[in-house]
Amino acid sequence: MSALIEAQALVKLYRMGDETVHALDGVNFTIARGEYCAIVGPSGSGKSTLMNIIGGLDTPTSGRITIADNDIGAMSDDDLAVFRNQTIGFVFQSFNLLPRLTALENVELPMIYGGIIPKERRERAAALLARVGLGARMGHKPTQLSGGQQQRVAIARALAGKPSLILADEPTGALDTNTGIEIMALFRELNAEGATIVIVTHDHEVATQTRRTIEMRDGHIVADRVNGQEARHDAHV
Amino acid sequence: MMRTSDLISSAGRALRSNPLRSALTALGVIIGVASVVAMVALGSGAQAQVERSIASLGSNLLIVVPGAQRSGGGVRAQAGGGMGWDTLTIDDAEAIAQLDGVAVVAPSQRARTQVIANGLNWNPQVEGVTPSYLEARDWEIASGRMFDETEERQARRIIVLGATVANELFPNLDPVGQMVRMNGGTFEVIGVLESKGQSGSGADQDDVVLAPLTTVKRRISGRRGRGDSVSQISVKAQSEDVLNTLQQDVETLLRQRHRTREGEDDFTVQNLSSITETAAQTTQVFTYLLGGISAVSLLVGGIGIMNIMLVSVTERTREIGLRKALGARQGDILRQFGLEAVTLSVAGGIIGLILGVAGAWLMTSLFTLPLVISPLNAGLAIAFSGLVGVLFGAYPAWRAAQLDPIEALRRE
Ligand SMILES: Nc1ncnc2c1ncn2[C@@H]1O[C@H](COP(=O)(O)OP(=O)(O)OP(=O)(O)O)[C@@H](O)[C@H]1O
Ligand SMILES: [Mg+2]
Repeated sequence: MSALIEAQALVKLYRMGDETVHALDGVNFTIARGEYCAIVGPSGSGKSTLMNIIGGLDTPTSGRITIADNDIGAMSDDDLAVFRNQTIGFVFQSFNLLPRLTALENVELPMIYGGIIPKERRERAAALLARVGLGARMGHKPTQLSGGQQQRVAIARALAGKPSLILADEPTGALDTNTGIEIMALFRELNAEGATIVIVTHDHEVATQTRRTIEMRDGHIVADRVNGQEARHDAHV
Repeated sequence: MMRTSDLISSAGRALRSNPLRSALTALGVIIGVASVVAMVALGSGAQAQVERSIASLGSNLLIVVPGAQRSGGGVRAQAGGGMGWDTLTIDDAEAIAQLDGVAVVAPSQRARTQVIANGLNWNPQVEGVTPSYLEARDWEIASGRMFDETEERQARRIIVLGATVANELFPNLDPVGQMVRMNGGTFEVIGVLESKGQSGSGADQDDVVLAPLTTVKRRISGRRGRGDSVSQISVKAQSEDVLNTLQQDVETLLRQRHRTREGEDDFTVQNLSSITETAAQTTQVFTYLLGGISAVSLLVGGIGIMNIMLVSVTERTREIGLRKALGARQGDILRQFGLEAVTLSVAGGIIGLILGVAGAWLMTSLFTLPLVISPLNAGLAIAFSGLVGVLFGAYPAWRAAQLDPIEALRRE
């Protein structure tokens, strides 16, 4: 399998007055195409910071990261916007659906910025909603849907741009246990169909359902396991 | 890159999601544009009115009247008071006619008397004139004819009626050929003048009877009209270019003839075109002033748009962050918010234009002014409101485009 994500000596600093926070402090890893990977670690360990950089929402202070051959640190704002649109599918903890739009229109949204014609857009959005089991809820507004249904809409939206990589930051964090299990099952299916997925989670139960777990602490990767087995890479402490 | 149709529907959706707020925001521009349109139309109407009365006075015209100019700049138009009412003579008029640049000279004697005809009576201005008076005043005969020089010299009892007099005395029949009584004598109506409407000062220029100068002096004027004196000499210049020179030449000539020095004149030469030009300029300044004051309200409307757009950007921070995360470029966000602002202002501009035209129509009919609305002004009003949207929408839209998606998504 070819590497989809390659990170070398990734550093992200935040300056808060006199203090400097090392949100990422020299992180190295690779993720291959088709992987299903969880990033775990205590609060403040740098998980979201890493996800934002992988997703092209943020750029590293130093080090180098390429995703599908895109050098994130060297891209302009507009390049990053196109990259996010074409390469990344985001799933957020709080769903982030636009409340005035229907489920169908929410799924169409990334395709609008991709410049896809309305007819094609609508067909693909409908197919994706059917795929996540919401074929009968396409005209509903987010407030008319349950949390689990909203997250399914968000997952359908993440798939809309035919992304190389799906990033989910605490996708089950706002859901009850059973609904969380359903959502995780959906991710597993999507991975089985070929999608590369990276999930950030607090929940070790959730992490064990993925095929690989990267554990972070204080901006470092401290463990990297496959299915709960031996570490594949040495942790860089 | 967003498609234009998606951009438009996106902006339209945002505006429709809060219709009351959108309407109130547009209201600022509506009031601004409506008042600019109405005020400029009102001012243009006043200006057109002044220009119309300039044209009706006759072009390239100097009017010489007896009496000195007052220190305030005004003129004792009618020779009242103690002295100076009979200082102008027919000989003066003949001398003026010899000057360079003169097209025609028309001495006239004014009188007021009752005119009785048809069992009706009327009290118009009676002007004793020579036939050249019509040319000097740019006046035309509507029906019948003007008397000629022979008839004038023979002091024939014939008259030409102004349109108002004709209507008042002969409401239902053709006045030409009819007889009227004036000052105890019988006169035949031989013609009717074309209507000139109101003068600049609002007087009815058609409330007049023209009679041969000699006739008026002999048969109508009282003591005042006796002898050689006239109450007015109309001097038409060959062109506008020579008008000012001619005015000086007339003044010099009359000073020589009357043996007066500058400053002690017993006559006044009025240059009507310069007076009316000043009036036209005044109304034009007035128009600009009204338009300018109203433009300030348009500015206030623009600030209202900016205010609401800034509020909207703050409220929709999370939405903007999400859109950017999903692939909206800075330009996409900039264009969406810019389009929202321009839509508000142009919609306001169109409604304002309609209300402004209605208001202008109401006011001009109230003040009996002509309604002047040029398509250029209307187009400018719309374009200007669009510009207001661009100017005042630019900063909020720029702020939205610059939002950091991570920060924006974190916002609650
Ligand atoms: N914009 C920022 N400005 C300053 N410091 C920041 C900023 N974002 C993150 N940090 C700091 O960077 C560190 C890593 O934060 P990050 O959000 O990546 O943690 P996390 O692992 O996602 O935590 P959690 O599980 O609570 O979401 C923290 O110490 C945080 O305070
Ligand atoms: Mg986090």
